[in-house]
Amino acid sequence: MAATIAAFEPPAPPRRLFRRPVHPTGLWGWFTTVDHKRIGLLYTATAFAFFILGGIEALIIRLQLGGPNGHVVSADTYNQIFTMHGTTMIFLVVMPLSAGLANYLVPLMIGARDVAFPRLNALGYWVFVIGGLFLYSSFLFGHAPNGGWFGYAPNTEKAFNPAHNIDYWVFGLQIVGIASLTGAINLIVTIINMRAPGMSLMRMPIFVWMTFIAQFLLLFAIPVITVALFELMFDRLFGANFFNVQAGADPLLWQHLFWIFGHPEVYILILPAMGIVSEVLPVFTRRPLFGYPVMVFSGIAIAFMGWGVWAHHMFATGLGPVAKSAFALSTMFIAVPTGVKIFNWMATMAGGKIRLKAPFLFAAGFVTMFTIGGLSGVTHAIVPADTQQTDTYYIVAHFHYVLFGGSIFGLFAGAHYWWPKWAGRMLSDTLGKLQFWLMFIGFNMTFGPFHILGLQGMPRRIYRYPSGRGWDFWNLISTIGAFIIALSVLVFIINILKSRRGPLVGEDPWDARTLEWTTPNPPPEYNFAEMPIVTSRDELWHRKYIEGPDGRPVRREPERIEPVEPAEPAEPAEPRLEPARLEVGDGNGSSASTNLPPPAEEVAREEHEGESVADAAHEDEHGHIHMPSPSYYPLLVAVGLPIIAYGLMYKTWFVAVIGALITVASVYGWALEPATEPEEPIDMSAPEPEPEPEPEPDQPELEPAGS
Amino acid sequence: MRNPRRIWYALVAGIGLLAVACAKHAPQTTLKPEGPVGRKIDSLFTFTFWIAAAVFVLVEFGVVYLVWRYRHRDDRPEPAQVHGNTRLEMTWTAVPALLLLIVAVPTFRTIFELAKTPKDPIRVTVTGHQFWWEYNYPDYGVTTANEVHFPAGRNVEFTLKGVDVIHSFWIPRLSGKHDVEPGRVSRISMKADKPGVFLGQCVEFCGLSHANMRLRAFAQTPADFDAWVAAQKAVPGQPPTGTPAGDGFALFSVKGCSGCHTVAGVSTGTVGPNLSHVYSRTAFAGDTFDMTPDNLRMWLHDPPGVKPGSKMPNLGLSSTEITNLVAYLQTLK
Repeated sequence: MAATIAAFEPPAPPRRLFRRPVHPTGLWGWFTTVDHKRIGLLYTATAFAFFILGGIEALIIRLQLGGPNGHVVSADTYNQIFTMHGTTMIFLVVMPLSAGLANYLVPLMIGARDVAFPRLNALGYWVFVIGGLFLYSSFLFGHAPNGGWFGYAPNTEKAFNPAHNIDYWVFGLQIVGIASLTGAINLIVTIINMRAPGMSLMRMPIFVWMTFIAQFLLLFAIPVITVALFELMFDRLFGANFFNVQAGADPLLWQHLFWIFGHPEVYILILPAMGIVSEVLPVFTRRPLFGYPVMVFSGIAIAFMGWGVWAHHMFATGLGPVAKSAFALSTMFIAVPTGVKIFNWMATMAGGKIRLKAPFLFAAGFVTMFTIGGLSGVTHAIVPADTQQTDTYYIVAHFHYVLFGGSIFGLFAGAHYWWPKWAGRMLSDTLGKLQFWLMFIGFNMTFGPFHILGLQGMPRRIYRYPSGRGWDFWNLISTIGAFIIALSVLVFIINILKSRRGPLVGEDPWDARTLEWTTPNPPPEYNFAEMPIVTSRDELWHRKYIEGPDGRPVRREPERIEPVEPAEPAEPAEPRLEPARLEVGDGNGSSASTNLPPPAEEVAREEHEGESVADAAHEDEHGHIHMPSPSYYPLLVAVGLPIIAYGLMYKTWFVAVIGALITVASVYGWALEPATEPEEPIDMSAPEPEPEPEPEPDQPELEPAGS
Repeated sequence: MRNPRRIWYALVAGIGLLAVACAKHAPQTTLKPEGPVGRKIDSLFTFTFWIAAAVFVLVEFGVVYLVWRYRHRDDRPEPAQVHGNTRLEMTWTAVPALLLLIVAVPTFRTIFELAKTPKDPIRVTVTGHQFWWEYNYPDYGVTTANEVHFPAGRNVEFTLKGVDVIHSFWIPRLSGKHDVEPGRVSRISMKADKPGVFLGQCVEFCGLSHANMRLRAFAQTPADFDAWVAAQKAVPGQPPTGTPAGDGFALFSVKGCSGCHTVAGVSTGTVGPNLSHVYSRTAFAGDTFDMTPDNLRMWLHDPPGVKPGSKMPNLGLSSTEITNLVAYLQTLK
């Protein structure tokens, strides 16, 4: 009997090692946060720091190759620098920048209050930053990875690379891979399950779609490289013979595994940027994205076909004429959905009323530069021609046009576009344009000549070259261009610093089209005071405009702008809890908001210090929004991983055991920790607010064209 | 808008001119093939290039035109909200697909043509080492390094073998590259139209001195080639004792050179290049340094210092020893 009674008593608070952080402020707030927006900002800021590091490495490379017989660095250092440049830019810059943007924006764009797994999200960030720091710790020991970002075995085997350089790479990428996997799972589940009422798949903003697709690529690609890295790790640590040719291994096993990951990886890097461009162009041309369904399905087509083209990285390895022809064909035809995207972007511009703002310039820069990368990509599908081009600077030109002219330009378009949402203030458009033109010119000066150099026979990955091969002039131009790019990045940093004193702007300074612009700048922890109800694609645009009889937008009457009225007005003390105000800018980003009472400093302070008050007040009004509570565990799980790696690398087993204990104990603690800390007695009768019912089908957006 | 466009034209024209001006002295270029294989590849590339160039012009100038034509003007009405156009979108799906098919057909034809085994070739076995090339002529019993000789106007079939890491064998003006993989044997064939010297290089990252793994191909008249083979087959003479070369000959064994290098009639080492006729080559150490007494001195003084990752250690030779060794090497013509 006693046992039965005890079972009905309220459960005792779970035992734990230390007190859970409850709304910590200041620095600790950032270490324990599970807020997707803060994590997104952390991702973005960290990745930008790595971008600077990777950029410095690029400048060293260009200094070394600025003239024949360069003496700036030794062969050994050069190999480490170019390996780390590639590894950094791919794994520590473009991937986490896309992850950061997706983290911040996807919940806002689909009308969700957070991601599906907030602590898993935090884990992804901490694993990424700790994995990145682990990779860079190799420089302290003088053994940075030196096998190229592609790490071809058997060159990366212990027999040919006995020092720890490659160990850092093998462990670092395995650690960073965990971040990509958890991030992918989190975003996929978020997008599938947490869309606001009415946000059907075909109403999702295209950035969400492209992110969604890229996460599936990550989900399937990361395991492949993990297998390869795991095998290489076993070769190096325990003398396994996966890639040891002397023991009968096939040297091409590594290449197949690496490129089955490596080619989808290219689309992982480019699809989110394509999504950004597809968001920016409609806003600045003031037209909807041309052919939205085709844009979605071409993205899906690219993702599927991306799995069938990996061997075009291996045309010089001797695949035989049939395999060469098959992979040539698949490589050619992946250009078709890509070309469709480019033409649709052009059609979006045609007939628009184009505001030439910095975000638009970067987006247009993406379209023009990515096209060049796409066209040179088609020449790689011409197998015989590829045997001349592969492993030369022509390839270096090609993928920089795709990944810099594409991804980086796209990401800068996004940075300039969403900056007011993150910071509440505009970036200077003048400085933004200056940055664009410097970057555009510097970029073409740096990477344009690589086409010529490659066709003139200059191989990649050489730390020096003799004079008299016709390579001197173009290498010099390229080096000058690299410093112009560096200058343009400096302009961007100055722009950020200057913007801190800029005027505050309203929530919708660009007169934009998607839901994130209905939230205050920056959005509160819970994003939406009221769950938005979505009735159409480009929801915000349709709340502001109706299409006139000639198809041109007509601004709705003011009372129609107000979307869903809350049951009760918010308290004046909580201005940020007001229901979605729509402060429509003039679209030029110059509209300083007059009815945003607290200056941003106060807003920021409130954000940091008054969260619990705000939340409590908020919950009183709207029932129970339980935002997930902060947690130490994601950080702790991540901390254990590099310790395991150091222990294994340096064969100090007890260190590895300590690292493993930290990680396993933290996972255990995490498992026992409830996602949301009950700060008040849980009202079982009023659980989480029910999702609003599906909207009335009175504004069906996907009706046949005749309607 | 006018000014930037003018600048753009000027830039394009300027770059074009420079490209033409600078392409003249590019001995390792892929764009001036000197053999049928290289020519086949080049014509295929040129064909693709012009199609790509048309698309390039369409898109790049299209974007510039659209941005200029539809730029913001205060008096311009709000644009019509066009959501798509199925017919247009189908067109620009189908037309690129057709263009690619047009490119695909000659591509396949060339792939299969190049896969054919050539008739009556000179056979050369190429072995990629970190960081130099070894050539064996199985039909002539000749072994040499870094510089490969063959008669012009006749097919050459290279059999590629790897012994350490992956390298890639490439003579751009004659043919595309082919990887040299340990544990695998591949074949690649090419032909030079007429006598000439063609530069090449390892193009698969292979470690510290990947940049210093170059090669040179000598296409010769049949008579010159026969003479070269005869010279390579000759057993080099032994220099008289008492001379510097004679002392160098002694040092060659004493200092352990013979353990790694073959000199016909003297030693059989195979770690390093065959030195039987080393001084008949124009360059050494992976075709990195011109074959001069001064360069040889520099090399013997500290091989890994001038060629990082070289397997040849610094033997700590004295200045006199180096002089004598260089004198001996100069007799190996």
